[in-house]
Order: sequence, then C-alpha cells, then structure tokens
Amino acid sequence: MAERPDFDDIPGTTVFTAERSRRGFHLNQFCMSLMKPENRARFKADERAYLDEWPLTEAQKAAVLARDYNAAIAEGGNIYFLAKIFATDGRSFADAAANMTGMTPEAYREMMLHGGRSPEGNRSIKEGR
Amino acid sequence: MARITAGVTTSHVPAIGVAIDRGETTTDYWAPVFAGYEWSRKWMAENLPDVVILVYNDHASNFSLEVIPTFAIGCAESYRVADEGFGPRPVPEVQGHADLSCHLAEQLILEEFDLTVVNRLDVDHGLTVPMSLLFGQPQAWPVRVVPIAVNVVQYPQPTGRRCYELGKAIGRAVASFPEDLTVHVWGTGGMSHQLQGPRAGLINPTFDNAFLDRIVDDPERLTHIAHLEYLREAGSEGIELIMWLIMRGALGERVTPLHRFYHVPASNTAVGHLVLDAG
Repeated sequence: MAERPDFDDIPGTTVFTAERSRRGFHLNQFCMSLMKPENRARFKADERAYLDEWPLTEAQKAAVLARDYNAAIAEGGNIYFLAKIFATDGRSFADAAANMTGMTPEAYREMMLHGGRSPEGNRSIKEGR
Repeated sequence: MARITAGVTTSHVPAIGVAIDRGETTTDYWAPVFAGYEWSRKWMAENLPDVVILVYNDHASNFSLEVIPTFAIGCAESYRVADEGFGPRPVPEVQGHADLSCHLAEQLILEEFDLTVVNRLDVDHGLTVPMSLLFGQPQAWPVRVVPIAVNVVQYPQPTGRRCYELGKAIGRAVASFPEDLTVHVWGTGGMSHQLQGPRAGLINPTFDNAFLDRIVDDPERLTHIAHLEYLREAGSEGIELIMWLIMRGALGERVTPLHRFYHVPASNTAVGHLVLDAG
C-alpha cells in the first residue's frame, strides 16, 4: 500500500484530497454555479439568499460572505472552484492570493515582481528547511 | 501516415489571456512575458501542424466535483470556450479532429491507458491561453485540436511516470494513424506556483530551470519526482508540470531544443516555455 505523505508538514498549504473533496462538495458546486451569468446576477443581488439555496454549513456560508478564502479552503473549498467567486467580484487571482497570505494586494504584487516567495524555509516545518 | 514533428511546453496563466484580450501585451508588466513568445509565434506561423494534441488541465470549468477523470480525451467535432466566471474569452471556437481523437482513444485504451472519452467539452484558459500565445488573435484557429485533460486539481494526480508512459503510447498511436498529418504535442501548465493558503506566491527558479534542462535531455529522471517533492519545491499548483512529461514521452528519445524562455512573474506564476523539434 502506498503511504500518504505528510502533507501537513508543508507550511501554509492544504492538499485537496478526496476526503476534502467530499466535505467541500456542495461548497465547490455552489462556486461552479457562478459560471452562469444569471446565477451571478442572483448571487450579487442577495448573496445570503443565494447561499441558503445550497446545503452548505454555516461555516462555509460565512467564509464565502466574508471572502475569507483560507477559511473556505479549511471548509473543503478548492481554489479553482473558489476562483468563480472572485471572478464574479471582478477580482484577480493575485488579489485572492494576497488575501490568503494576509498581505495587501500591493505588497503581494511587489513580492511577485521581486521573484516571489522563496522556497527557503517554506518546504518543511519539521525539517526547518 | 501521421507524424509528430514538434513539441511545445508553456504555462497557461489565466492573467495572460486577460492581458491579450484587453490589448495590454505591451505594458511594462506584460511586455517581457510576450517578448519570450515572439520567436515561437513566427516559427509556428512557418511550421503550422495540421493538428495539436493539447495536454492541459480543466480548472473546474467543464469538470465539476461530480466526475473527476484522471485522463480524459475530447472526441468532439468542436469545443466551446468556457465561461469561467467573467464571460467566455473572446477567442474562436476550437475545432477538433474527431477521427484522430477516436483513433487515439481506441489505441490508448487497448494499450491499457484507460482514458475517459468526452464527447462534449468546454475548454478553459488551460487550453486557450497557450493557443493565444502561439497563434495570436486570428479570426479562426489555424489548427485542429485533440484535447487531453489531466486531473491536477484533486490528489492524487497521476504520477509523472504514468504521464511519461502515456506520452510514449500517444507517440505510437499517432504513428499508426493512416491519414497524412503533421502533429504537434503541447504540454501546458506550470512552472512553480502556489495559488492557495499563506504560502501563496511560492516561486522556485532553481527547480524550474533544472526541469527545463532535464525535460530536454533527461526526462526519465523527472519521472521520479513524487507528489510531495512537487508540492514542497514547486508549490501546490506546480504539479501541473506532470503534463509536460506527456508531451515529452510522445516526442521520442532525442529532441532538439529550438527555443527556451523563463520569466517571473506572470501574476502568481513562473512562466516557462520550450519549443522542441522531434527530429
């Protein structure tokens, strides 16, 4: 049997496994519904009411309403699905990434222009490398 | 007989598509990215294949979490451009080559690569951004396309070894197609990037440049990179690079590199691009 690697040892990273996919199924399917313009319009008109049409947990709904993408990922969201929310908001992937790192969009953009985040110290918590 | 004449690898960053569609390719930010493709666009115009077998991944556009095929092959006459949340990209519909698709599906499944056959497929930036980079903004795309979609969204993604072997089988299957066609195989996605969590923005030029070296001369070695190593070294989305190994497997043992480009950043991502002659 192949043993699952210790993904939790990678800092600041959530690996989207089949278990997370199960947990986030309705959250991610809600996100996909935003690929239709009529659904985007209904969501924008009343976000809470649109979310209430889906069998989501309260934590999942709160994460979406707050645009807290780290929380949404913790609740089973996958970033490619969550992308439909910030696309609906007219925000870029870089803005969403900044949101998840706790940086301002300007500071994040500046970091990327200077070569991005180094892998040094970001590979393994246990090994400190 | 159909034959594979060249391979292309390129990142497929969505923001590149937005820059093209909004006419922003000459801004200070984007000009260096597009400069890296100038040679390739000219070369492509002079060396147009009949068909591109385009290996990409769907980004929650056509495939929801209802069905997650590890490998899927489009067998349609044409493919619509997906609405990814901000309207479809203003690019032409993608024309397929259904006969070659069906031949590949048959040959590959009989070779024990169990691809999912997809008769209706909307294609997203993973497929259309590479086409825009290499063909510009034509009224109609100048080639037909066989899309091969790889799951890189949900763990476990197929191993690099499996991708490389699938590529070899694609090479054999193309060679047995009776029609006289020239074919390119493109591997898209990568290079290092992470789009999620507090570690978002990770870029690893050392890993990327070693990958660019070895995909040319020592792809076998790249097939040993495990999921954990991709995650640690290339970021959670860097595992898209397994799709380059499908391209490389299809090209045969020896290739000649014609063009190489590497640039950081395009949005959140390190851009890598190669043109390889299969001869």
